[in-house]
Amino acid sequence: MSFKYGFKSGLVIGSGYLSVSFSFGIMAVNSGLTWWQAVLISITCLTSAGQVAGVGIMAAGGGIIEMAVAQLVINLRYSLMAISLSQKTDKTMTLPARLIDAYVITDEIFGVASTQESVGFRYMTGLGILPIAGWTLGTFLGAVLGNILPAVVTSCLAIGIYGMFVAIVLPVCRQSKTISIICIIAVLLAVVFRYVPFLYAHVSSGFAIIICAVIAAFVGVLITPEDETQKEAADGQ
Amino acid sequence: MDNKTFFILLAVMAVSTYLVRAIPFAAFRKKITNRKVKAFFDYIPYTVLSAMTFPAILYSTDSVITASAGALTAVILAYRGRSLLIVAVGTCAAAFLVSLLLMFVPL
Repeated sequence: MSFKYGFKSGLVIGSGYLSVSFSFGIMAVNSGLTWWQAVLISITCLTSAGQVAGVGIMAAGGGIIEMAVAQLVINLRYSLMAISLSQKTDKTMTLPARLIDAYVITDEIFGVASTQESVGFRYMTGLGILPIAGWTLGTFLGAVLGNILPAVVTSCLAIGIYGMFVAIVLPVCRQSKTISIICIIAVLLAVVFRYVPFLYAHVSSGFAIIICAVIAAFVGVLITPEDETQKEAADGQ
Repeated sequence: MDNKTFFILLAVMAVSTYLVRAIPFAAFRKKITNRKVKAFFDYIPYTVLSAMTFPAILYSTDSVITASAGALTAVILAYRGRSLLIVAVGTCAAAFLVSLLLMFVPL
């Protein structure tokens, strides 16, 4: 659980971020921000959906309240992830350590850290470095030379991060029947939120993810027999 | 938008995003002992990632066809137990190859 191990594990996430934030950089400049404004947003927020919404609010001349509420709703899933991750932390995760590492809780970093038996301060901090670097650098590159690279290249880089998610979830599904069932439920619910026009128009993607994930995990608790709760939970780690 | 407005909105955005992460991470210092609650939070990573991946993966490139090729490749590679990096690279490569193919063989 060393810093070096975490650092290396951050490479996939960092390179994925490089391409995703590249598109964010392009989008921010197209919305009227300067390159340094886009870079400042990326390095202080380190979140994808929240930043896209934030730039939209800035461009529309929105206010402080609107900004705060939008960020809370879109990023509320991080609270869920933070609680889940707090259950895996070891003794090196002191209060100051938590206040530092909380900054790097993103969808992808959480996904990779969740695959560990226990999460320590050195590992988590190491894991965060390349994603922060990739996210910031990608934003800068996208903002400065966004329209130079052929679109076909940048567009195909963005799918890599999802490939990584599949690589995290599928192997665990093969080992646990309960987890494969709840993953299917989560996907089916996400499909409903995406394709029912009313839901798609009125429920933000961040909020839809929370609803899908909570219902599916709750069903998982219900279908796990009492004496197997501990075993299934252990399998999932 | 002047610089002052930008910095105020940036501060609101950064602080609210940070607090959403930091408050629960700092507050839950003890292990949850209730088995059902613990199982719930052990399941969360997988349900979150599942809900986030599908169907969003289909719209992650500029065409559903190339994205589907990438998604299919991801499933095959991941099912065979390949590493995160291999699956991620394979997914991008498949989407890229299919988009090249589409350029030369318009459907």
